Amino acid sequence: MALPSYATPVQRTYYYAYLFFCGVVFFFLVAPLIAIVPLSFSVSPFMVFTEGMLAWPPDPDAWSLRWYQNMIGNCSADVVSSTVPCSHKWMTGTINSFFIGLTATFIATTLGTIAALGLSRPHMPYKGIIMAILISPMIVPLIITAAGMFFFYARINLVYTFTGVILAHVALATPFVVITVTATLVGFDMNMVKASQSLGARPVRTFFKVIMPLILPGVISGALFAFITSFDEVVIVMFMASLDQLTIPKQMWAGIRQEISPVILCMATCLVALSIFLLTTVEILRRRSERLRGIKSR
Amino acid sequence: MPIGDMLLRSVDDTQINTVFPNTFEEYKKWDKEQDQLPPEEVYKALFQELAYGNKIQVGRALTRMNYSKSGWKSLIKNTSRAIKKAVKKDEFPDSYKDFLIAANEKWADPTFWYAMGQMVNNQTPIYYYNAIDMTYDQDQNVIRQKENRRVYVQTWIKTLKVSVYVTFFCLILGFPVAHLLANLPLRYSNLLMIFVLLPFWTSLLVRTTAWIVMLQQQGVINGILVWLGILSDDGRLSMVYNETGTLIAMTQILLPFMILPLYSVMRVIPKSHMRAAQNLGAKPATAFWKVYLPQTIPGMSAGGLLVFVLAIGYFITPELVGGKDGKLIGSWIAYHLKTTLNWGLCAALGAILLAVMLIFYWLYNKIVGIDNIKLG
Repeated sequence: MALPSYATPVQRTYYYAYLFFCGVVFFFLVAPLIAIVPLSFSVSPFMVFTEGMLAWPPDPDAWSLRWYQNMIGNCSADVVSSTVPCSHKWMTGTINSFFIGLTATFIATTLGTIAALGLSRPHMPYKGIIMAILISPMIVPLIITAAGMFFFYARINLVYTFTGVILAHVALATPFVVITVTATLVGFDMNMVKASQSLGARPVRTFFKVIMPLILPGVISGALFAFITSFDEVVIVMFMASLDQLTIPKQMWAGIRQEISPVILCMATCLVALSIFLLTTVEILRRRSERLRGIKSR
Repeated sequence: MPIGDMLLRSVDDTQINTVFPNTFEEYKKWDKEQDQLPPEEVYKALFQELAYGNKIQVGRALTRMNYSKSGWKSLIKNTSRAIKKAVKKDEFPDSYKDFLIAANEKWADPTFWYAMGQMVNNQTPIYYYNAIDMTYDQDQNVIRQKENRRVYVQTWIKTLKVSVYVTFFCLILGFPVAHLLANLPLRYSNLLMIFVLLPFWTSLLVRTTAWIVMLQQQGVINGILVWLGILSDDGRLSMVYNETGTLIAMTQILLPFMILPLYSVMRVIPKSHMRAAQNLGAKPATAFWKVYLPQTIPGMSAGGLLVFVLAIGYFITPELVGGKDGKLIGSWIAYHLKTTLNWGLCAALGAILLAVMLIFYWLYNKIVGIDNIKLG
């Protein structure tokens, strides 16, 4: 969208002001995320850019991996500092987060895919209502869902258990799977199911051999959404998890509440890296899916 | 299902009724017009239920009674100690009324008995009244809370105010960016899209942490400003743990939710419209105002409502960045759920919030249709 050659000086000024404004907004969006990365490698426990970090050529004394060592629970003498506690909590949290996240993703993906398949049948009764109920956890504020779940799970004795946390995350993550899979099913030709069945395949075989390969991109990106939802979830974990179910977000929350230490920034950097990885994967999948379905991207 | 349970919870008052069933039964028979104090039967039922009641259940009921009128807890505790002592010695009084009044003279105070009237039914609207700073007076009329106990109305207003501001800022910042993304060639816009999607995919806590690090008094922004000589070392701005911090952080966090719907709407507006308008003699500003802007209204309303509704229910960021006066309604829900265990009030606040949301979603559905929610 370049300026036409006949633009007046006033228009040019407006145009450059507009570009500048957009640049500022982009900066506003990513700057905080970028800023924490170098800070996590700093030697000093105060989260500011020190003289040594800004010096050129880089001063090796200003940079260190000590906070990362602290994060993985390696509490040797040069790592421990009086202001920053060192424990294995981050590692426990990571293991728990992955355990809860992967289990919840698996269940949510299975349920969500099945639900999406059912909902995209043309003659499904009460489609609107079912869809509304299914995606409600996505649009109702988390705090309300969390409060409701807490009350409900308290009645059936599931609070402070892994089962409870996982089930709650499944409920939160399923809508994402339903939406992404439904989106891939839009271009799906139901005649292929009929064809496969007329050739003698039973429903299960049809699903795995015919439907699954075609909707796989949608399923995978739904699963990634589900995973990030569970992995990043803090409100429900806060209410429903005891110390045994300590996850990364819960540990971060506790850390931020007390005092922000550079160790939190290390974990944050790792999470930014993870989200870049997931973002790339989803983007690649989306393009592949569009190419497969013959939709040209403009 | 859990939400339905929560709604029940917000009016539920059965717990106390399982503790004092007979007392309440007798209480309902009491004709308040005639006597200052309830009849002997009420005292008797109360005596027996306190004497043989389950300790934990009574404890819970006490907490509930204290919501209605403070003083109940100590009153019942005192009395039940006296009763238990008497029961141990097998001394049953002739007049239960006199016994209780002797144990604690508050039993002769009619205001306590009037307050009990709020609890005798299985359902109660009291939590809803509390959630909007109302309470009962002695004669069961609904009145406003005392000046120094009014917190919720203020918080509701603040929540709405912050949400409106955040929506407004998101719109101002998001509109040009979405416009740029929609009009650039795909090669560049895909690249720039990463700037929008990366925060969208990054953990909420990470972004909140990042903002605290940026904004705090010894933080990055203040550091840079001091280094540049714009601020003196002791003139550092306090931008975090107050409303400013909440606004800045929430705007950044919710901005992608504004940009993405705007982008998808702007993408399909033909560029030829603007050219045609200018061809017909409209100045660029007029063309933009009359031709382009009306076509983006679905995107603006979708993004606006999405941001607004998300902002209303926000909890993590205001709680961490907002400090003491940045607390929004979500923080109170969490506070009552975790700390005071006043689950009825918590559920009532949640239910009101839910109702506000549903109204906005209904509007959203009317304007753009709920199916238009897209991801990434």
